[in-house]
Amino acid sequence: MRALLAHWRRHPLQLLTLVLGLALATALWSGVQAINGEARASYDAAAQAVGEGTLDALLPPEGRRVTTAEWVALRRAGWLASPIIEGRLDGTRVLGLDPLTAPQGLGPLAVAEDADLSAFLSPEGALAGRADVLAALPPTVAAARIEAPGAPPGTVVTDLRTAARLLGVSGYDRLVLLPDQPLRRPPLADVAPSLRLQTPGEAADPGALTASFRLNLTAFGLLSFAVGLFIVHGAVGLAFEQRRPAIRTLRALGVPLGTLMLWLVLELTVLAVLAGALGLLGGYLVAAALLPDVAGTLRGLYGADVAGTLAFRPLWALSGLAMALGGTALAAASALRRLATTPLLQAGTRRSGAAYAVRRACRQALAGAALLLLALLIGLAGGGLIGGFATLGALMIGGALLLPLLLDRVLSLGARLSRRALPRFAWADARAELPGLSLALMALLLAMAANVGVSTMVASFRATFTGFLDQRLAAELYVDGVSEADLAPLLPEGARILPIARAPRTLAGLPGQVLTLRDDPTYRENWRFLQSVPGAWDRLAAGEGTLVNEQLFRRARLSLGAPLEVAPGLTLPVLGVYGDYGNPLAEAILPEALFSRSFAQPPEGFGLRVAPAEAAALAARLQAAFPASQVIDQAGLKALSLSIFERTFAVTGALNVLTLAVAGFALLMSLLTLADTRLPQLAPVWALGTRRRTLGRLELIRATGLALLTALAALPLGLALAWVLLAVVNVEAFGWRIPLLLFPLDWLRLLALALLAALLAALWPALRLSRTPPAVLLKVFSDER
Amino acid sequence: MTLLVAQGVAKAYPGPDGPVEVLRGASLSLDAGRTLALTGESGSGKSTLLHLIGGLDRPDAGSILLDGTEVTTLSDKGRAHLRRDRVGVVFQQFNLIPSLRAGDNLGFQARLKGQPDAPWESRLASRLGLAAHLHKFPEELSGGQQQRVAIARALAAKPRLVLADEPTGNLDEASAEAVLALMLDLVRETGAALLVVTHSERVAARMDARLRLRQGRIEERIAGAPAP
Repeated sequence: MRALLAHWRRHPLQLLTLVLGLALATALWSGVQAINGEARASYDAAAQAVGEGTLDALLPPEGRRVTTAEWVALRRAGWLASPIIEGRLDGTRVLGLDPLTAPQGLGPLAVAEDADLSAFLSPEGALAGRADVLAALPPTVAAARIEAPGAPPGTVVTDLRTAARLLGVSGYDRLVLLPDQPLRRPPLADVAPSLRLQTPGEAADPGALTASFRLNLTAFGLLSFAVGLFIVHGAVGLAFEQRRPAIRTLRALGVPLGTLMLWLVLELTVLAVLAGALGLLGGYLVAAALLPDVAGTLRGLYGADVAGTLAFRPLWALSGLAMALGGTALAAASALRRLATTPLLQAGTRRSGAAYAVRRACRQALAGAALLLLALLIGLAGGGLIGGFATLGALMIGGALLLPLLLDRVLSLGARLSRRALPRFAWADARAELPGLSLALMALLLAMAANVGVSTMVASFRATFTGFLDQRLAAELYVDGVSEADLAPLLPEGARILPIARAPRTLAGLPGQVLTLRDDPTYRENWRFLQSVPGAWDRLAAGEGTLVNEQLFRRARLSLGAPLEVAPGLTLPVLGVYGDYGNPLAEAILPEALFSRSFAQPPEGFGLRVAPAEAAALAARLQAAFPASQVIDQAGLKALSLSIFERTFAVTGALNVLTLAVAGFALLMSLLTLADTRLPQLAPVWALGTRRRTLGRLELIRATGLALLTALAALPLGLALAWVLLAVVNVEAFGWRIPLLLFPLDWLRLLALALLAALLAALWPALRLSRTPPAVLLKVFSDER
Repeated sequence: MTLLVAQGVAKAYPGPDGPVEVLRGASLSLDAGRTLALTGESGSGKSTLLHLIGGLDRPDAGSILLDGTEVTTLSDKGRAHLRRDRVGVVFQQFNLIPSLRAGDNLGFQARLKGQPDAPWESRLASRLGLAAHLHKFPEELSGGQQQRVAIARALAAKPRLVLADEPTGNLDEASAEAVLALMLDLVRETGAALLVVTHSERVAARMDARLRLRQGRIEERIAGAPAP
């Protein structure tokens, strides 16, 4: 064991590479998993408190609430139902429950274990919630506050009376049904005929809604993990190769191969656990840094509340360690297998030289081409979100495997075209070094392709979203919470009012809402249909059809002219499809008359069209007449929407940079570990009359040149990745398709970043080389004697 | 005409128990166009002296005058230019550049010097029996072939001084004899001087003169060897 461990003492850098590579891989993976775990725990907390996604519920008809009479009738008939009031108070979700009839484990007593029931039933009432949520409540809210760490994030739980008082409502939003109902009870239609039974699957489960976003994060985490494993694979392979003579000697001295393998596995396990623990620490820090942005994203994009602070979960730590151990096993498997199968007397199997590089690159390229073909086949066959990610995986790995041959061909051409000694040597030398650097370059390719792909997707999304906001937010001002009658006297002559009203409704079996639009030139001039029948606006105004958003159109597999039940007893053909980015719900639009006939929902706000020059004066008048927070100008609303958008992709951007940093680290470690093996190749060049400084410069040029070629190869791969993300994954995950737009300036920025990373990675090895004492270089000629 | 004069050359390397004196004031001289063998026990400082003369390292004391240039005071850049322009080196392990084909290895130093001479390279290749192997990588050549490429590389740049460190040490007797004969012929043809480090009496006997090194000093001058 001592003989084996001596290797690490002599090669501390290799040990550092191995541990840091694995720690980085585990950190990025477990960081993403910690974020996902926190989101999942938040949804579970919400589900536990209000039965979301777990219990059947009885819903009132459109436009009214469940009455106490209906609840009492149901209870008397034997139905075990409990009412729920739900609403928002200054951004905080308020849940009112009946502590006496709520299902066991549900409600305020469940979230605040040591709370006194009498506090909830006192005239003043009590609010149970997390400390940060209670602190954010307006001071004017008159109710006792009970700290409950187990409460859902962004939510306070209280009794029915307090909820009704705080929200200013009467009646209930729904009745949840206890899981164990009496067998003999009258049918719902006999007791409360107007109520409708909703099963958990019909409700909009925030866990399901955000699954695709979290899947994207997981995919990124997995990519970072894979990039990290490239580092580990390289380090373990080199270490085992260098230890081969020691292992051969030990075997020759009589140590059984099984014992040696056992020691090596044990050694790797200890290193993996150590690196995994470091990675978990890193992952926790990454997650803590990113979680506030992710929470903002999930709230902004999906309306799902997630705690902005991180809790330590033992299961997460165990799974992180398991990933570290599994990753190490994967990365070390081939090295261990080679060691176990090489005959005792055979010298090392590691080959070098250009001829070997070409053979190896050809084998890899064949496998890469097969994977690209597989990606194409999966892409053509479809297969939903999983199929989309499988295409992405095959595309990325296939592209990475093709890289060494591509680089070999380019470097070979460069060597052929060079006439002068040093350039020709530099090309040929880079080519011969490819086997040692190819893993790091593949990691760089993957990181850069992911960067190009994801940034192209985000930038395409941003451009489309900005255009979409310009279409949708055409009104100069928006006012909430007032009536049209209150508004009218304050408006200048020629101003137009556009009411905004929406009613929640399940559309084609999907959670959704119905909107109304007043027939106004604003919509005809600004909205752009993705598809429409001729004269769609006129036909909508005439009540001859409905407009649907892209999500509904795709998910329900509708076509133009297809019938859609938009309101109870009202089925209309689809006249047009509009883009509706960022909205998780299915949506249909009805003209004003039809909407008010079907739903009793009053407008929640109004868009105001005035001459742009009059907008500021009108805003001032409105803010004087109504609370300032109810008046929002167009620019403010756009800025708010864009800020939500930017937050959404802040996490992706951060992961992009982290992945690139890991790839840069992989390159640095490869160059450093190869530096020692480079001397026999460089010493003759030096001896024949080249300065050490020139050789150092050549090392820099070689690394940046290879990074440049890799970056150029990453561009088409990244664009293919972007296409799959936009045309397959996004459509499956979100229900909308965004056109692929090209942003060459972003590519140039990324190229500069990659070159900088390569330059920084090569700087230290190059400096070391340029300062290598002649005595060390001369050892190359004398040591071999 | 004297091409090389080394006077009182000393060199020590750091060792685990303090500096190890490898050379303790070695002196020699060599005329242009002449050949000289440097013999001695292992560790006597032969290779170190060869390296210092070739500008591969710097002595701690003494002077080395090569073709009118004081080597010991040259900068790193100056020594690199000296090696490139005036010295050809043949190592025992050949030390070809593994990433370059035999043909590129052969012409490397001449191209580095900026004076490639294709007909001369071609003649060298054919004289050394390498014409059919120029497209091969070093790993695809036999030991004898590699050593012949190393000799051709040293001569292709037409140096004033050829330094050879055990040039036939890794070859069998027959190959060694043939390679040595070729090397001597070609060196004479170019008018260069040759300084050979060797253990072999047979190789040393083929030189115009020989010196024996012992514990870092020239111990014995055999007939023909000029005094510094």
